[in-house]
Amino acid sequence: MTGATNQIILLTLASFGLLVALTLFGEYLRSRVPPGKSDPVVETYMTRIYSWWTMVIFFALALLTGLFGVVLLFTFSAFAALREFYTFSYKSQADHLALALAFFLILPLQFAFVWSGWAELFTVFIPVYAFLMLPMVSVLRGDPNRFLNRVSETQWGLMICVYCISHVPALMTLDLPGFEGRGVLLIAFLVMVVQIGDLLDIYFGRRIGRTRIAPGLSPKTWEGLVCGVVAAAVTGAMLYWMTPFSPLAAMAMAAVASVTGMFGNLVLTAIKRDKGVRDWSHLIPGQGGLLDQLDSVIFAAPIFYHLTHLIWAK
Amino acid sequence: MTETTTDAETAASGAAHAPGLLPHPKPSSAMRRLAAEIAGQAITVFARAITAVQADWRGIEPVARQRVYFANHTSNADMPMIWSVLPPELRRQTRPVAAADYWLRTPLRAFAGGEVFRAVLIERRPEARTQDPMALILDAIDKGSSLIIFPEGNRNMTKDPLLPFKAGLYNIGSKRPHVDLVPTWIANLNSIMPKGEVIPLPLICTVIFGAPIHVADGESKDTFLTRAAASLAALAPERRAE
Repeated sequence: MTGATNQIILLTLASFGLLVALTLFGEYLRSRVPPGKSDPVVETYMTRIYSWWTMVIFFALALLTGLFGVVLLFTFSAFAALREFYTFSYKSQADHLALALAFFLILPLQFAFVWSGWAELFTVFIPVYAFLMLPMVSVLRGDPNRFLNRVSETQWGLMICVYCISHVPALMTLDLPGFEGRGVLLIAFLVMVVQIGDLLDIYFGRRIGRTRIAPGLSPKTWEGLVCGVVAAAVTGAMLYWMTPFSPLAAMAMAAVASVTGMFGNLVLTAIKRDKGVRDWSHLIPGQGGLLDQLDSVIFAAPIFYHLTHLIWAK
Repeated sequence: MTETTTDAETAASGAAHAPGLLPHPKPSSAMRRLAAEIAGQAITVFARAITAVQADWRGIEPVARQRVYFANHTSNADMPMIWSVLPPELRRQTRPVAAADYWLRTPLRAFAGGEVFRAVLIERRPEARTQDPMALILDAIDKGSSLIIFPEGNRNMTKDPLLPFKAGLYNIGSKRPHVDLVPTWIANLNSIMPKGEVIPLPLICTVIFGAPIHVADGESKDTFLTRAAASLAALAPERRAE
């Protein structure tokens, strides 16, 4: 067993411990609610915790199987996310082949490139090749009606659901001196700080939140955001030993990831409002779709990847 | 996969069985019933995996009441989608009304239509009819089955949400007034598999069940059919203004 495997097992156990504590905390809050009533703040919090139990188990299993398991998990996540996005994106029959290629060719290829660790290819494949070539496929059918809307939304789906999500497993392929074979810990680090930030943003936002960030769009508040980011930064500093970063740098990286994730959540909320839906799907019971669950990680991953690559990679 | 019709107004012509079609299916052996059961499960799993098809029980509960689900028809996969989202105990008592000229063309289709979906097969072409389609439909209802019908009669290839309804739904509703007529909107299937495409897109398909309607006392055929079409169109998810 390698050191990284031991640390993943340790982290999984620690996460279980944290989830037990958070579950008990939620049960305590529930017990203070008068019988026969329910507090929506507490119930939302508990629903998130329950879905986290499931996701932590899936995630831990993937991390323990190494790069292949992680790539596989995020390939399926990207597929589910792309399906949610394209269900509501603007399209016509002329885009049928382009959309089929996005699902059945570009998505698997992108994750295959990540698996092979070919960074020069997977960082440009979708922004360059797919970006230029899918409109060529659409244009062959000769339907100019709202053409720019159609190809833009198709490309946005690929960027958000495939390109961004693929940067989570891509963290394992970074060549970080002194950090060989431990890339999987970086994924755990990113996902943990972003999600803890989100959880506390929701909790404090509902408790002490006053000033809405985007009134009329989302209940997110500046107060909640600050509390969430501080919590993410503190968590990041405590988990610096999982990363190639110094404690202070780990704190800064966690804060950047958390802020990016929170504004990413706002962006995807705006898209949902535009499309007139409350949730992307009902994939995760009581939670909405995969995009609802992963929105902040999706936005945080590519930036986290590139900052790490710029500053710490060989 | 399916071509359905409810154009059941014209009386039986008594003509001979149409050439090129197989005979109507007979009661099948235990082996074939098992094969049909397995094929049915496979279709359900496939539909869920590809389209993540989900039910929205907006106007009714998924309980075993006798119903006629009447749905919009844009794709050959419409009927299997409704069939797939029904809970198994409802699925077992539900039979689609489908076109004999489509389902009896090959042995495989005859197996799928007759034994997997247990369709009420009716003849669309009046000159080929040996039995009154409405009599077949009412007989299935009287034996306790729920039905799936597509009152537009044909696949809707137009920009309009619905084609004008055929009279079959009115005839069922006025002759068997105790049966709930449930408007059933299938959303997004047309983007999943538009006519002429080969590869299905794995988009999310939603089947929305509305509140049941009945033929009111003294309601005319046209008034009822307009009301039925409106109740179905009202279920369609709002689309952004073009």
